[in-house]
Amino acid sequence: MTKQNRALLSELVRTDFKLRYQGSALGYAWSLLSPLLMFAILYVVFVKFLRLGNGVPHYPIYLLLGIVIWNFFLEMTMQGTTAIVGRGDLIRKIRIPRWMIVFSTSLSALINLGLNLVVVAAFMIFNKVGFLDTLPLLIFPLFEVYVLALGMSLLLSALFVKYRDVSYIWQIILQAGFYITPIIYPLSLITNVTLQKLIMINPVAQAIQDARYAAITHATTTGSNVFGGGYYKYTPFLIVTAAFFGGLMYFKSQSKYFAENI
Amino acid sequence: MSDDIAIKIEGISKTFKLPHEKAGSIKNTLIGFARRKRGYELQEVLKDVTFDIKKGEFFGIVGRNGSGKSTLLKLISGIYTPSNGSITVNGKLTPFIELGVGFNHELTGRENVYLNGALLGFSRSEMELLYDDIVAFAELERFMDQKLKNYSSGMQVRLAFSIAIRVKTDILILDEVLAVGDESFQRKCLDVFEEYKRNKKTIVLVTHDMATVRRFCTKAVLIHDGKLISEGKTEEVTEGYTKLNQESIDNQVPQIQDHEPSDLVIALKNTENKNTKRFEYGEDLRVELSWPKTKKVNAAGVTINTSMGECAYATNTFIDKQNVTTNKIICSFKLNLGAGKYYIMAGTFLDRPESQVDFVTHGPSFFINQESRIKGEGITRLDHEWRQS
Repeated sequence: MTKQNRALLSELVRTDFKLRYQGSALGYAWSLLSPLLMFAILYVVFVKFLRLGNGVPHYPIYLLLGIVIWNFFLEMTMQGTTAIVGRGDLIRKIRIPRWMIVFSTSLSALINLGLNLVVVAAFMIFNKVGFLDTLPLLIFPLFEVYVLALGMSLLLSALFVKYRDVSYIWQIILQAGFYITPIIYPLSLITNVTLQKLIMINPVAQAIQDARYAAITHATTTGSNVFGGGYYKYTPFLIVTAAFFGGLMYFKSQSKYFAENI
Repeated sequence: MSDDIAIKIEGISKTFKLPHEKAGSIKNTLIGFARRKRGYELQEVLKDVTFDIKKGEFFGIVGRNGSGKSTLLKLISGIYTPSNGSITVNGKLTPFIELGVGFNHELTGRENVYLNGALLGFSRSEMELLYDDIVAFAELERFMDQKLKNYSSGMQVRLAFSIAIRVKTDILILDEVLAVGDESFQRKCLDVFEEYKRNKKTIVLVTHDMATVRRFCTKAVLIHDGKLISEGKTEEVTEGYTKLNQESIDNQVPQIQDHEPSDLVIALKNTENKNTKRFEYGEDLRVELSWPKTKKVNAAGVTINTSMGECAYATNTFIDKQNVTTNKIICSFKLNLGAGKYYIMAGTFLDRPESQVDFVTHGPSFFINQESRIKGEGITRLDHEWRQS
């Protein structure tokens, strides 16, 4: 990346951050507060009332980490979808690499994830979660979710230029995704093996389970547990790769016409 | 490509798809697909345009509204992609389609300076060095920590402009940036243009202001209906443009009501006493004023205005010490005016200029056809000669 592009990227991320909580009294605190409040609600309803996650050690933290990763995916793809159209003023009047706009939204989502993980870490210490030697491996599932979200952002942002319905459709998909991903319930709650496999084909589900395994408890059911030794345990990674390159290629083919189509 | 060429444009065409209604929904696309109907119309905005811009040239692209000149500019800038043909750019190119691109009203002046600077290719450390100069030039020291939404539009333009002129680049693309701002700001712009010209930078200017083109451009092209219709020296191209405008004004003339109805009737005639609207430079124009016999009139006045409403010449019977006794008076003018459209303003009076009887503020208009053999600028063309001693 050239020096100019780096400067532009950092300026775009900076602007994004400054504008995000524009005019709100609590400002940046919201990027921590909103996942925490959501966590509080889900915790009371699902853990205290419905008693999900009985038998899973440190279930509240387990739940929080899932929410944080899911929120990262949700925020990045939602903001990615509208990134190009939202920055139409730049695209119509200046020549900057188009991908940079999507990339800058992905970076601000990443920074937010970092902040949220600090909260998770604080809870882990407070909750006396034992240190696992697999903790450094946490980086891999997070990277996987990032690559998937980036690929989806590229695809969706380019589609959104032509079809404004895309954002509504994607919102519905995300809603469904929240329930078919084992975020609020432990995967062990599903007893049907085929169903478990279907759930774990979803890369976000697989990544969340792997992250929990690495950071919180080895009692987590991961993709390799579900799929056994079969080659199809690589399906989620295949989906991530396909989403990334597919998104990138579609974005590249469309980006030439963004200026006239917006 | 030879080294002295900055931009090479070869056989550029651009076709836009214009959707019939906002077809930006999947439902419409599906319906359109099922009916085998295209949801858009194709509009060819540029047709096979070819020309070169050499290094160090101040190059004008002129054309009327909707001629395709702005599209051409965006193609050169790399914002649009041509449907056909190719554009090769030799060197770093910075487009100014608009001043203050990316300005955000919720950010402070300071934050906007850094953001806009980054969009123009400056790093943060470079901007830190330039920052004080930019603020001083814009004369906005006291306002930099206020949000941009609290700036007046003039202040915003000043800030944007003072960032823009810091850009170090080989080729600058300017799109009628001059159209905004007050007179002192426009003068600042012109000074900067002069500076660029002295430094032998390559500038591409898109405008329909012929005075600017004539003042700065060394070469120009004229675009009309998406085609390049003339290319070369600035004078030839601007003359072509004036002619083009003339034709279109002529076509419009019958549709507009020429002047308001009044008891004072104004007729324009040539030396052969024929009603006409077209005159050559130096020809005689006879302005006939007549009014009903019942009206008492002692004096009359005639003004020739340019189409912009500027007074080219005004006279009356008071100044010329004429006494009006009939109900019809003729004033003959020798038209040593530049090419263009003019209109008559006339009035009748009693004994004093304050005692108006009838007054026509926008009377019949006429045209001076061709540019006279006398070259130059301004409303009139004066016979002149240069002598050296």
